[in-house]
Amino acid sequence: MQTASIDRTLDVYEIRKQFPILFREVKGRPLVYLDNAATSQKPRAVLDALDGYYKGYNANIHRGIHTLAEEATAAFEATREMVRRFIGASSTEEIIFTRGTTEGINLVASSWGRTYLKPGDEIILSNLEHHSNIVPWQMIAQETGAAIKVIPVTDDGALIMDAYVKLLSPKTKFVSIVHVSNALGVINPVEEIIQKAHAVGAIVLVDGAQSSVHLDIDVQALDADFFAFSGHKVYGPTGVGVLYGKKALLEAMPPYQGGGEMIREVAFSGTSYNELPYKFEAGTPNIADVVALKYALDFITDTHKSLIRTHEDDLLKYVTEQLKSIEGLRIVGDVPDKVSVISFVMKDIHPQDIGILLDNQGIAVRTGHHCTQPLMKRLGLPGTSRASFAVYNTREEVDALVRGLLKVKKMMS
Amino acid sequence: MNVPASITSIEEEIVEEFSLFDNWEDKYEYIIDMGKKLPPLEEQHKKDENKIRGCQSTVWMVSEYRDGRIYFKAESDAMIVKGLIRMLIRVFSGQKPQDVVQADMKFIDEIGMSTHLAQTRSNGLRAMIRQMKLDATAWMAKGG
Repeated sequence: MQTASIDRTLDVYEIRKQFPILFREVKGRPLVYLDNAATSQKPRAVLDALDGYYKGYNANIHRGIHTLAEEATAAFEATREMVRRFIGASSTEEIIFTRGTTEGINLVASSWGRTYLKPGDEIILSNLEHHSNIVPWQMIAQETGAAIKVIPVTDDGALIMDAYVKLLSPKTKFVSIVHVSNALGVINPVEEIIQKAHAVGAIVLVDGAQSSVHLDIDVQALDADFFAFSGHKVYGPTGVGVLYGKKALLEAMPPYQGGGEMIREVAFSGTSYNELPYKFEAGTPNIADVVALKYALDFITDTHKSLIRTHEDDLLKYVTEQLKSIEGLRIVGDVPDKVSVISFVMKDIHPQDIGILLDNQGIAVRTGHHCTQPLMKRLGLPGTSRASFAVYNTREEVDALVRGLLKVKKMMS
Repeated sequence: MNVPASITSIEEEIVEEFSLFDNWEDKYEYIIDMGKKLPPLEEQHKKDENKIRGCQSTVWMVSEYRDGRIYFKAESDAMIVKGLIRMLIRVFSGQKPQDVVQADMKFIDEIGMSTHLAQTRSNGLRAMIRQMKLDATAWMAKGG
């Protein structure tokens, strides 16, 4: 028997070659892109897939009987199967294509919420949520008379689980919780959250916008009822996302939008709806971006999520040490369970000034409230600066960030 | 009372000052320095109705009208915006309202600061210019 040795390290410089944008300059400096939690860059395979679709087999799907339509339908449905494997769902009927995480949450809030919520029912969210996982619930709460309860966080942005347990009751009908905080990178114990919610009969949606690119996702192991994520944060195109839902729940929900694709038979006396997942995909979908999403997920799978995680953890550890050495800098959300996102504030320097002065050095970070105003209010901050790392980032880029911040400090003093 | 120089001549002065900088650091250090020298706005003016909200930084601004001219006072929580505010006040405070309304703001482009205006959501500067012009229009209507 022959044993082959397996290369278990990730060659970040080889990976970078797959991302054309990383070779551009910003303000005369090589781009240092550390805003991956906002959106990731795209590998050549994704760009080629978009181009290849429009040049080779652009057609409307599911209905046409000509060759192009068959090829486009096959490519579209191949992505659905890839997504199913990527998140560990049991059936492609449970995979619905959306525009992004936001639309997935809106779909559930609107379709499930409007059908099942009544006055006196309670929806539990957390203080860490992105506005996308707050506002749809506020809208549906107002409409149905349900109330929203909020799981508080510690000063480090960790959920206070005892408080969560106390919020749970037979009135709790729904828990919608972020898997990984976009503002701080903190990983929430969603498995435990789901178990406890199920114990009182509540349904749980996991906002996977930030987690899906960093963590192994297995919706069945988590026992999540719904899981939503966005294509553009997993090295895929913008304008496409995924909503996973358990089949029984999806079947018991009315359609979100009406139109073509989602119907079985239309008559003015009454319309019957298509089967899952098409019931929730009204109109011509975003075919090109769905097709290209498969290549993004292939990229992650072929690179191996575990190797990506090891690489990103190394960067996180390194950047955490390095930033701690800068006097007057404080890391916000410095907890052990995190993905490669680091949020920080600097004494007497507004995050916006940090963002502008880093941009002039070719370094892209995110500054501000990160669409989490309730969290910023809780932490008593106008905002933070956030550097978020992806598979293609390097230790040299961490060094560039540190040099950049020292320069900001000097210029502001 | 001294009649201030015209908007155009102050703008030209600023463009000339900025032409001396040959790197971004000097330019921004100058703006930061102007920000530090911006007199603080009195606390009683820092209320919601004077707030011009940007996505990241906040600007408070008040205007008053005396003897046919409009005077502005403003502050921000971010330093570079403060520096740019000081520059706008230098150009527009003490001018006739109709001149403020008609100003084309091209000098901001000429000194390479127009990116700060283009980022509509990221700071209150663009909103501040709009508010300066709105205030000037309002004072004109009141008899300016």
